[in-house]
Amino acid sequence: MSSEGAPHFSSRDAVVCRGVGKTWAAGTKRAHNALTDIDLDVAPGEFVVFLGPSGCGKSTLLYLIAGLEDATEGQLWSFGDLVETPSPQRSLIFQETSLFPWLTVWENVSFGLSIRGASKEERRTVAAEALQRVGLKAAMDKRPDELSGGMRQRVAVARALAMRPKVLLMDEPFAALDVQTRARMQDFLLDVWRDSGASVLFVTHHIDEAVALADRVVVFTSRPGRIKTIVPIDMPRPRNLFSREAEALRIQLTDLLRDEVDRAFAEQEALTATA
Amino acid sequence: MAVVTRDSTPGAAAGASRPAAASRLMASMAGLDWLAKIWWTCLSISLFAGLWELCWALGWADEKLLPPPHIFLSNIAEQGRYFNTATRWQVGQSMTEGPSAFESVLITGAATTARVFVGLILASVLAIGVGVLVRYYRFFDRLVLPTITLLSPVSPIAWLPVAIFLFGIGNAPAIFMVVVALFFHMVLATINQIDTVNTNLINVARTMGASKAQIYARVIVPAILPGMLQVLRMNLFGAWMVVLVAESTGVGYGMGQVIMLARNTFNPSLVFFTIAVIGLLGFTFDWLLRLAQRRILYWLPDTAERLRVL
Repeated sequence: MSSEGAPHFSSRDAVVCRGVGKTWAAGTKRAHNALTDIDLDVAPGEFVVFLGPSGCGKSTLLYLIAGLEDATEGQLWSFGDLVETPSPQRSLIFQETSLFPWLTVWENVSFGLSIRGASKEERRTVAAEALQRVGLKAAMDKRPDELSGGMRQRVAVARALAMRPKVLLMDEPFAALDVQTRARMQDFLLDVWRDSGASVLFVTHHIDEAVALADRVVVFTSRPGRIKTIVPIDMPRPRNLFSREAEALRIQLTDLLRDEVDRAFAEQEALTATA
Repeated sequence: MAVVTRDSTPGAAAGASRPAAASRLMASMAGLDWLAKIWWTCLSISLFAGLWELCWALGWADEKLLPPPHIFLSNIAEQGRYFNTATRWQVGQSMTEGPSAFESVLITGAATTARVFVGLILASVLAIGVGVLVRYYRFFDRLVLPTITLLSPVSPIAWLPVAIFLFGIGNAPAIFMVVVALFFHMVLATINQIDTVNTNLINVARTMGASKAQIYARVIVPAILPGMLQVLRMNLFGAWMVVLVAESTGVGYGMGQVIMLARNTFNPSLVFFTIAVIGLLGFTFDWLLRLAQRRILYWLPDTAERLRVL
């Protein structure tokens, strides 16, 4: 694979991975190959869901795309630029609360602007606009611990949007929420995605979530993480998740995942047997 | 989605299981929170003093060795004469001249308190500075951390001769003792606090294009503040303990010097009176620090309140 020098693909692609892999603690006894041989292209404005069992390296891939970790194999590009460091163009939203507890909601949302030295008026205006988009303008002057879990994640989304990112990276952002809130948040995310025009890369281990959201579902194998297959979903939005088509998709994805979970279990049992 | 309100009524949940009168009493006290706190503080101290008095009344505690509170607190004027002896000697006054007994206690208490605070502030500033530098520069970490770890188990007592060699007698050796006793631990505590900062917060700042200096100034320092204030509070007590040792070896005047005087003249009443004054000072400053903590760390929830429900 020739991944050296100038990219040989369209620089319009939001994310391009070629032969990407990650080994944690490389060169030590604890070396652990989390991810290997990932080839993936994501179009601008596309909604891609990474689906796989826990520990399959899907979050690792998200961190590599964000530029928070360095790939040990292969290379990544975003809009034609080599990914080497984090960039405000690629915002990451975490599973757990990642709001700064000592700042108010609006100060959290405009944190990125304050890094660039923007004035207070400008920061407040941008924060108000971003919070308007997530329907939380009224909570501007509150502190994060005064909000519910769902509201905090919406603030985190607003904070990401305030940076006008071209790629939104989401690491199981709704995993800590209850089922009803999660369904509302999925609808909300689809609205935000449509408005912003950004590509979304969304990690989950919930099949329902994948069916509800994705243009394409990337299914991962585990240990080390590889792309097993990519399932496109052509269902028009808003989607009827109780339709025959959705049901067929769920069955297909469940079958794909079951093999992986079985394999992961067998490996774990083998490990505990030898230990 | 509604905003979660933080204030709940603690009496509501417990009301069913408690007798009505008791729950009414609890509810009426909730409004007078600070009064209840004072009441419990007084009760706690009276209980301790009461047990001591009881032991004396039953003849278990010899008043020549363990004089109960009513004896060692009965003659403050008499006890006060022993405070502030050094200034008297310095200005050549007789025991009957100069500041009154009460003023003497105040002067001595203030001198010791000043040493505690100057030492504590110097130690904190140095320790937080060094701790942050250790994590900021890898080179500094490798160069400095082994020595700091090597010196941190050394008892303050061992530094006492060093303090006297370097600074003779006076304020300087006492402050040096406080600094040296706290500094090494506080560096290690600072590093530990930095290492436990939530990585997500750091990663958020990184994706927003924050530089290393910005991440330290705007994320790591505010994130370690709660822990550092806790460390500071613990070390306030440490500083009070060390300063007495330092003062007992000829610093001139101070609470430690009074304790030494009491020991040498076999005066148990003076020992316990001084202990009471030290306790009161330490208690007061801990309370002030907790007040400051609540002001500075406005975003922290009240964990003690949550544990109470268990």
